[in-house]
Amino acid sequence: MEPAHSNPSTDPSAGRPTAEPRQLTGSEILWDALVNLGVDVVFGYPGGAIMPAYDAMIKYPIHHVLVRHEQGAAHMADGYARVSGRVGVCVATSGPGATNLITGIATAMMDSTPMVAITGQVPSGLIGSDAFQETDITGVALPVTKHSFLVTRPEDIAQALKEAFYIANSGRKGPVLVDITKDAQQKSCLYSFDASPVKLPGYRPEPELVPGSIQQAAAMIAAAKQPVLFCGHGVIQGNATEELLALIDKTKIPVAATLLGLGGFPATHPHALGMMGMHGEAWVNQAIQESDLLIAVGMRFDDRVTGNLKTYAPNAKKIHIELDTAEINKNVRVDLPLVGDCKAILRQLLPAVKAPSIEAWLAHIGDMKGESAVIDIQELPDNGKLYAAHVIHDLWKLTDGKAIVVTDVGQHQMWEAQYYKHDFPRRLVTSGGLGTMGFALPAGIGAKFGKKDAEVWVIAGDGGVQMTAAELTTIAQEGIKVNLAIINNGYLGMVRQWQQFFYGGRYVATPMKSPDFVKLADAHGLLGLRATTRAEVNEAVKRARAHDGAVVIDFRVEQEDSVYPMVPAGADLHDMIRRPKREATEHNPIYETGEDK
Amino acid sequence: MNAPILRTFVAYVEDKPGVLNRIASLFRRRNYNIVSLNVGRTHEEGVSRMTFQMEADDDSAMRIEANLYKMVNVLSIEDLTQVQRVVRDLALIKVAATPERRGEVLQLVDIFRARAVDVSPETLTVEITGDQDKIQGMVNALRPFGILEMVQTGTVSMSRGPQGRAAQVAHSPSGTPQASRLVAAE
Repeated sequence: MEPAHSNPSTDPSAGRPTAEPRQLTGSEILWDALVNLGVDVVFGYPGGAIMPAYDAMIKYPIHHVLVRHEQGAAHMADGYARVSGRVGVCVATSGPGATNLITGIATAMMDSTPMVAITGQVPSGLIGSDAFQETDITGVALPVTKHSFLVTRPEDIAQALKEAFYIANSGRKGPVLVDITKDAQQKSCLYSFDASPVKLPGYRPEPELVPGSIQQAAAMIAAAKQPVLFCGHGVIQGNATEELLALIDKTKIPVAATLLGLGGFPATHPHALGMMGMHGEAWVNQAIQESDLLIAVGMRFDDRVTGNLKTYAPNAKKIHIELDTAEINKNVRVDLPLVGDCKAILRQLLPAVKAPSIEAWLAHIGDMKGESAVIDIQELPDNGKLYAAHVIHDLWKLTDGKAIVVTDVGQHQMWEAQYYKHDFPRRLVTSGGLGTMGFALPAGIGAKFGKKDAEVWVIAGDGGVQMTAAELTTIAQEGIKVNLAIINNGYLGMVRQWQQFFYGGRYVATPMKSPDFVKLADAHGLLGLRATTRAEVNEAVKRARAHDGAVVIDFRVEQEDSVYPMVPAGADLHDMIRRPKREATEHNPIYETGEDK
Repeated sequence: MNAPILRTFVAYVEDKPGVLNRIASLFRRRNYNIVSLNVGRTHEEGVSRMTFQMEADDDSAMRIEANLYKMVNVLSIEDLTQVQRVVRDLALIKVAATPERRGEVLQLVDIFRARAVDVSPETLTVEITGDQDKIQGMVNALRPFGILEMVQTGTVSMSRGPQGRAAQVAHSPSGTPQASRLVAAE
């Protein structure tokens, strides 16, 4: 389990002896402050308005990863943060450099990732004059940042960074933008890093609990006959896995996970149900619909999780453990909100709860699960072709379920969620809220820097990987081992699936030609492999793991395969499109993963 | 209980550049439609006070508060809709009034407890304070004469009774804790 990383700016013990004030340029202050805030790697791209900062960087013990597009820098900072629990930092110049960060910043905002984006800005005297490469980036980024700063004086740089780190990594985490004018980087002032805690009068990241609500929750749990607990991203970000395990060991309540909550509770735990929602397994969604108590921990009842709100878990009382007050009653009306840090709340809840009598409920869920598994085995099309599910299942087995897996967006993302069983937090990195294609490859690079000794597998579709494929060069330049598994079906698969289901099978703009990925790998000096059968999957993955260097594997999978089950957007959660019935009766082990440990 | 009604909120915010933009951006992003908005400084240095009105049901009112509460520059936010309060708007109305008709207009001004603040051979400018009903009444009464120009300040509001929060938010390091109130069981 990852240790919780405290925020250097708020940890009083981090207060190193205050150095004598020195005359430093804004650029030097920038890096000195970052070093003091615990930063040792940044992802960025230089340009005119950030050049003074880059010029000073060389004097400080910070590794700079040169990206190929600023979007990559933001995703790398994001991947770094999700894996390490520390603030990820990306750097770009003004104008286009800054606007290129926006997709990555918005991704971090939707998934509450702690990130600080530092941008250069035109000299303060030119602001508002439409100067070369001027963009009002704090204005552009306003709706997709947790907060932002425009700094025009060297005196304000360190304080802004300190506050930015504190805001990014406290409460409900999120991206903070610090825009620094070129003249602020160039001018000098007397400076010493002030390690005292940040004071922001309007910022109260951790609300206090309503007295008596823990007892109320415990009473609701004790009275429940058919409870389900939801493990959301908040469990992972709040480092609350241990507390959740203790609660479940005591109460035996079955745990369903959101996409971003996968790994927050071990997937192979006897009380783990699996993923809920649009592509959740049938027994999970059915259990939610039949439940009489939902305990949602660190999640926000996203539309991909609930389906039709009018028919959602109609008989369930709802307890919502959530850090962000604004999420309470936003989508689903709850009976008892517990607003605060989920780790602290679960800790308080543990001694207060009594195990409910739910043996019949667990047996019922077991029946549904068994029924699903049996039908699914029979319904699997097994005709010797390579299915993405095979690839991911085998990757899970071959990596012992311990790799850090970074996925892009689409079909492969859902198959990964279904077939790679995550038993540990912070080992699945995926863009859930924004659903950003092109996220995986750069985020995988960031993840590798976040945990250098980890085995990192990027899984991407042939579409998404092409959006940010230029970052293969970054992998090559950095000489890092990040393996890339391309689930190549020749289509924008998820859109194709929707076209098949909902648009009369008209495949408009979804058939996609790709470069020869093996040659592409070769062009970057990386090892490229191809697998077209299940036997080759084994071989390729083993070879990739043994290879000293990054590997790209082109998995040529069944082209018109779809993700099942599926709850169509807006449909009732129990109204699932199940895996199709086929004539084949031969079993395929992939669908036996419920038992196949 | 859950029909949208006109709500009055008061927010204390840091008096810094860009704060109004942040709040306006939040309203736009969350699709809240502002009926009236007024911003001005308070007697405490560095603290501005914002009064805004919008149509909202109970749930959205709570989320408006919660979303504002989250903002780094917002020191305090309260919903004055259900509390005893004073609500005022100020309007200046320039109405066509030749010397012959001036007397008639002034009579109406008197009835509404308004004041004439400027006069020219062809026009009369009226200042009126009060709630929206009163101002609309004045507008309707003056309309037959010909309204030439009109401006309103936007509604300002203050709860009756004890001291407001400006001093508290200006001097307390952590502002006013209130999240628990936002989600307190009904």
